[in-house]
Amino acid sequence: MLHSGKRGKAWIAAAALAAFAWSASPSALLAATPPDTLVAAWSIDDVLTLDPGEVFEFTSSEIIGNTYETLIGYELDDVSKIFGRAAESWTVSGDGKTFTFKMREDRVFASGNPMTAEDAVYSLVRAVKLDKSPAFIIGQLGFNAENVEAKIRQTGDYTFEFETDKPYAPTLVLYCLTATVAAVVDKKLVEEHAADGDYGYGWLKTNYAGSGPFSIREWRPNEAIILERNPHYAGAAPAMARAIYRHIPEPAAQRLLLEAGDVDIARNLGPEEMAALASNPDIRMQEGVKGTVYYLGLNQKNPNLAKPEVRQALKHLVDYSAIADTIMKGRARVHQAFLPDGFLGALDETPFALDVEKAKALLAEAGLPEGFTVTMDTRNTNDVTSMATAIQQTFALGGVKLEIIPGDGGQTLTKYRARTHDIYIGQWGADYQDPHTNADTFARNADNSDGAAAKPLAWRNAWDIPEMTAQTDAAMLESDAARRAEMYLSLQREHQQVSPFVIMFQQIETAATRANVHGFVIGPSFNDNSIAGVTKD
Amino acid sequence: MQARQEAPASAEAPERPESEAESVRTRVLRFLRGVGGLAFSLAVTLLGLLVVTFLIGRVVPVDPVLSIIGDRAPASTYDRVYRELGLDRPMVEQFWIYLKKVLSGDFGESFLTKRPILDDLRRVFPATFELATLGLILGVAIGAPMGVAAAAWKGSWVDQIIRVLCLVGYSAPIFWLGLMGLLIFYANLGWVSGPGRIGIAHEFSFQPRTGILLLDSALQGRWDVFRNVFSHIILPACILGYFSMAYICRMTRSFMLHELSQEYVTAARVKGISETRIIWRHALRNAAVPMITVVGLSYINLLEGSVLTETIFAWPGLGQYLTNSLQNADMNAVLGSTLVIGVVFVLINLVSDLLYRLLDPRVRRGS
Repeated sequence: MLHSGKRGKAWIAAAALAAFAWSASPSALLAATPPDTLVAAWSIDDVLTLDPGEVFEFTSSEIIGNTYETLIGYELDDVSKIFGRAAESWTVSGDGKTFTFKMREDRVFASGNPMTAEDAVYSLVRAVKLDKSPAFIIGQLGFNAENVEAKIRQTGDYTFEFETDKPYAPTLVLYCLTATVAAVVDKKLVEEHAADGDYGYGWLKTNYAGSGPFSIREWRPNEAIILERNPHYAGAAPAMARAIYRHIPEPAAQRLLLEAGDVDIARNLGPEEMAALASNPDIRMQEGVKGTVYYLGLNQKNPNLAKPEVRQALKHLVDYSAIADTIMKGRARVHQAFLPDGFLGALDETPFALDVEKAKALLAEAGLPEGFTVTMDTRNTNDVTSMATAIQQTFALGGVKLEIIPGDGGQTLTKYRARTHDIYIGQWGADYQDPHTNADTFARNADNSDGAAAKPLAWRNAWDIPEMTAQTDAAMLESDAARRAEMYLSLQREHQQVSPFVIMFQQIETAATRANVHGFVIGPSFNDNSIAGVTKD
Repeated sequence: MQARQEAPASAEAPERPESEAESVRTRVLRFLRGVGGLAFSLAVTLLGLLVVTFLIGRVVPVDPVLSIIGDRAPASTYDRVYRELGLDRPMVEQFWIYLKKVLSGDFGESFLTKRPILDDLRRVFPATFELATLGLILGVAIGAPMGVAAAAWKGSWVDQIIRVLCLVGYSAPIFWLGLMGLLIFYANLGWVSGPGRIGIAHEFSFQPRTGILLLDSALQGRWDVFRNVFSHIILPACILGYFSMAYICRMTRSFMLHELSQEYVTAARVKGISETRIIWRHALRNAAVPMITVVGLSYINLLEGSVLTETIFAWPGLGQYLTNSLQNADMNAVLGSTLVIGVVFVLINLVSDLLYRLLDPRVRRGS
């Protein structure tokens, strides 16, 4: 239609060239991370608070673990070895109910205030009174807002008493004090910011008052958390002056940043990224076994799932090793009991494997020779969805038609807690290092009524177990460690066979670091992940 | 938008003012009516948005209490938080309480970030604004001339190449484009910086004021920071800009073709006016009027925040904030973000209307 004119087209070509050259012009601004700064790429959108009395998420647990000190700690390679961290020593009274702690006298908070028993008592009382998510870890030992001030009491500058309501196994009490909720906060600093008797919560949820190797300089939600070396830390000073956790939600982007040297550690790589990086000499892989198990919960309100033979059959219709090897690829290993490896009394027997014939026979015994149809609420993350699809295929071999209902975490969890699911595929992380943490949820259900106050996993799957609940309670009070371990072993053997839980895997946490980064520690629990010893070549 | 343009015209149409005084009075009245109408439409729009968002928030099958306290807390903790959130009251009452607070300037606190919503929005909106504005500038600067060229050489190889470019922009998933862009321009060529808004080296030496980092660094004369920020923003802006470019280019082409087929163009050609002059001075001037709407809509789209682009480029913007809040039923944050988007929508429409008046004599005369 138009007389195009060669001049016009030449202009277009020139403009295109110019645009190309212009886009190329920002010169390379890439640089390796500073030698005294550790930069980690991690998805940190789970951080909801920085108050140790409230922190209960993965990322924030790790942050608290590196910035606060708890009273008690344990060896990471052998969690049965308990030692005092802020506490120097302790004694237990004859009736097994009163623990007397002596604090170390060399502890100083990042603010410069010295740490005394007053801070320790304040922190524990504060946690119970604030009554945030993790408060039950302390509260379950017999403390509530009314009695806690009388039961946890200061007896000297550096001593205090901790009186439980029952003679619990001493290790249970001590392990509870290793949790982040028992971190010692700087009473003087926190109280300066307290308003309306809130124990400084309004301030501490976005600020810092601890004594750990690092202090928290800033938390910018969904952007970054910045830590700085705490000059007053009583232990060995970290080599890194600063640590930055950058929020990089996309694993592929984490990989590119790590390869380019713009971050030192990538924390959320998927199997594809791991495989791609395996041959890169500049990158090292690291892994650690975590106290988290993957499981299926079979709701006993569903008449089919309530049949013992069906529960058994489904345990034979999962291809455990194939999922661990091909889907999880090194990020999980087969584990079929409720206590993760590393815990007192952990059971490593794996009696179940994919056995279609046996499953079919069991289903026939249950009066369902043709199988049945059942739904599974599935969180729409990559790992869980892939696992669910694999399980769907093997269930089908036995005639069980599994319909996957995808949903985000909030949706599936809301439904699970309302007991309106058929099957729920989930994961459960231990709250502290004592076996009671998982026994309490998998093998204890004090009240199976719909309006029950406690909603442990056994309740959520409507599994009414008065006898097993009594056994779990007894194990909680056994003070002899060897006998207690034996009790958990027999509890798990029974649980493994009869429970409506298909426990499948134990999580392995992986991280990829630049080859010049050393000393990053992946511990059994997230607050054990430590950057205090990190050095760079 | 067209329809709204016509409305004032028909309302105002009355006879011309006889005297000077009357004319001034009429103008003042018209102005006041305009402002009043704007305020009313803003209020209705925002109230409607709030009501709908509030209702959606309440029917989403996510328990906000669980998002706060997690999965483990005992029933007593659950009940306390449930009451603290006001969830035990009737929904109408909940909404009324929220509305009263908003009217007094209190948007509440986000339970995900533990900060006042306004603080959060002050942090995330500038990030999105900066990215969206640069994206739009790129989209218009490249898309409009390309659309004109495609129309001018309709059917030729220029048109074909542009068509393919636009098709890719339209149809390639932005997620894929973003990752490919990072792989090529960041990882392989090293022309741009990686995900994030600013390099670590500058993170601590630079105090932003407005949150629009390019502006802040330029105002403070920190050209080293400006370069670094630019190297971070240019790739995501190009990716977003590519998407808008495709849309703007196709629309420009079709508006231009429409104009070029008009009789006045034929008349101009008969008079011997050069093709270049016809295209740039006559046709484009007329095609530019409907383009305002297209550009305005593109800008609104970008300002809502592109959650995928923001996720890939670790951009702490409104899209990520809103999505994260929605998934966790953090309704104060969702409502606050929705309000911001509503205000932006109304403002951009207003600017479009003003531009219409500026560019289109018919609208100007009509009002």
